[in-house]
Amino acid sequence: MPIICPLPDLSKDVITLGHGGGGLLTHQLLHNGVFAELTNPYLDQQHDGASFELYGRTAFSTDSYVVDPLFFPGGDIGELAVNGTVNDLAMCGAMARYLSLSFIIEEGLSIAELQRVIQSIRRAATLAHVQIVTGDTKVVQRGKGDKLFINTSGIGSIHPRAEIHHRRIRPGDRLVLSGRLAAHGTAILSVRKGLEFETAVCSDTVALGATVSKLLDKWGTHIKFMRDPTRGGLASVLNEIAELTAYGYFIRQDSIPIDDQVEGACEMLGLDPLYVANEGIFLAVVDKEIAEEFAAMLQAESTGRHAAIIGEVGEEYRGKVVLRSRVGGRRIVGYLPGEQLPRIC
Amino acid sequence: MKYLTEYRDPQQVSEVLKQLASIVTREWTLMEVCGGQTHSLVRNGLLDMLPSRITMVHGPGCPVCVTPASILDEAVALAMRPDVILCSFGDMLRVPGTEKSLLQAKAEGADVRILYSPLEAVRLAVENPSRQVVFLAVGFETTAPANALSVIQASKLGISNYSILASHVLVPPAMEAILADPDCVVDGFLAAGHVCAIMGTDEYGPIAEKYRVPIVVTGFEPLDLVQGIYMTVAQLEKGEHRVENQYARSVQRTGNTMAMGSIREVFTVSDRSWRGLGLIPNSGHEVKEQYAAYNARLRFGLSTTAVENDGGCISGQIMKGLKKPRQCPFFGTSCKPEHPMGAPMVSSEGACAAYFQYAAESAISE
Repeated sequence: MPIICPLPDLSKDVITLGHGGGGLLTHQLLHNGVFAELTNPYLDQQHDGASFELYGRTAFSTDSYVVDPLFFPGGDIGELAVNGTVNDLAMCGAMARYLSLSFIIEEGLSIAELQRVIQSIRRAATLAHVQIVTGDTKVVQRGKGDKLFINTSGIGSIHPRAEIHHRRIRPGDRLVLSGRLAAHGTAILSVRKGLEFETAVCSDTVALGATVSKLLDKWGTHIKFMRDPTRGGLASVLNEIAELTAYGYFIRQDSIPIDDQVEGACEMLGLDPLYVANEGIFLAVVDKEIAEEFAAMLQAESTGRHAAIIGEVGEEYRGKVVLRSRVGGRRIVGYLPGEQLPRIC
Repeated sequence: MKYLTEYRDPQQVSEVLKQLASIVTREWTLMEVCGGQTHSLVRNGLLDMLPSRITMVHGPGCPVCVTPASILDEAVALAMRPDVILCSFGDMLRVPGTEKSLLQAKAEGADVRILYSPLEAVRLAVENPSRQVVFLAVGFETTAPANALSVIQASKLGISNYSILASHVLVPPAMEAILADPDCVVDGFLAAGHVCAIMGTDEYGPIAEKYRVPIVVTGFEPLDLVQGIYMTVAQLEKGEHRVENQYARSVQRTGNTMAMGSIREVFTVSDRSWRGLGLIPNSGHEVKEQYAAYNARLRFGLSTTAVENDGGCISGQIMKGLKKPRQCPFFGTSCKPEHPMGAPMVSSEGACAAYFQYAAESAISE
């Protein structure tokens, strides 16, 4: 049967926003376009940062920040740029020590706004006990950027007791989520031009280094793996580790902490909170024996008050993520195909 | 969200499912009309919790799925003009036209904006007096009132750079088209709750009578859906065919008269081409002559001849309930959400995308 219906021509395809959404398109772009070309043992771990020996075990990570609008409820691009890279290092079991900071500024940005961002960077760096030690500034013509892009790279020493690697995950391990889901992405959407709605939802952006360090002090190698579910959300992180480990990841909807307002806003916008970005929570895969105490310890931290055990790793459903819905049905949670688009009605 | 959690109560859902199992004596095929219902059934894993004798087929109530490629082509052509800001609901962006989607046009430089409300588009027109702002006005009776209001508002404000590209569709004629098909397999309908919240339920009486089919106006939460299914099956088992309202907390028989008023003010009923179903008489809305100045088709001299060719995509058979997404040879192979061949794979409310994304329990072991 001839296929006359329009199929996109892959050779002519261009980058769309979906390629940056953290879902399936991002995954394909990274695997076919980046990892395949630039393969090496560090990159091939596909973790939030690379870990290597450099006068001791060291983690190194980089991230770029392109949020619109620059200032949003609960934070701004500057705070995000510090916390994001600090958290990527924390997910490797490292406390960030030094950050680099690069601005790409679009002609026309007010200096007052830039100053606000820089002040916010200073505050966030102080809170995260990290120093900004090098940087760069570029200005591009009006229309060639979106006000302000920031890149930060960070380096830090890996905790002596940390052994964070997806290869250490085993069936029976528990999945612990450190806080409520989907606050950041929802807060951003609530102030995006054309989509504004009234809500008290704030971004959850916060540095997780100190919390993770305490957890590692106590639990060491019982913590198998950590990842912060930023763009692409919890579903993307779970799918990535399901694919890497070839185990099944089973989660219970009624155990996943989420704020009522966030859930309501997602409902209204037609978004699945499992795919919405977070900036202040992480998923930890831990030994079954310690899961309860681990979650309890997190709950005592200001960054982990709503922590909960949301599911477990198993031999069933290999390579897949399966959710038990509140009403008891089961379904597969797949990768997000492209960008999550607000729905029509 | 307390008004929602009570409709997601697992005990109550399981109670209704038990009652349902106790009254089913034979096989029944039910169609949920609205894509939101399809999405909820699949997302909550409800399909596998139903008695095995009940088959749900997924109706044409996803506006993204039924908007013909020709409308997308018109929208893309408008978006590519440097003087135009093309505004749309988010999930229309990925739908393939003949050559490309709005998302691809955007990547190539077209000014395409995602909005939640057409009234935002009117504001955009005020803010950008040197450009033409066009709103892609698609959807069922649910989105028509706001789109109509945007035209009324633009007219009141005397704005000359705003227009809508209308491709509105109506639910009852599509239900009739499905029922009139000699191959029709549908024994009963869950009517779309939100459409009825606007239009009321009076339109469905004659359909229930003519085709001797029960129609239960149903909501979107798990408890709504299982109750709607229970009520439909209860009628079928007793040989009845009435219009019933499960979604009484939102739907009144008379509908929302203000919303209907604005629809009547701006739109007139017209024939409409549906992706997958073809031309259905009197099944859509077109901008009235009185508001011709706000009709993008007239303003930009677009041709309205619609030639639909969906090639291998069997969306029509899927929306009539004749086939399930998995029975399509392209499902999950050449046709995936990231490279859709047809619209049901695009919108999160499209039956194919819902199946692909949330694969029911029965599919987990596949």
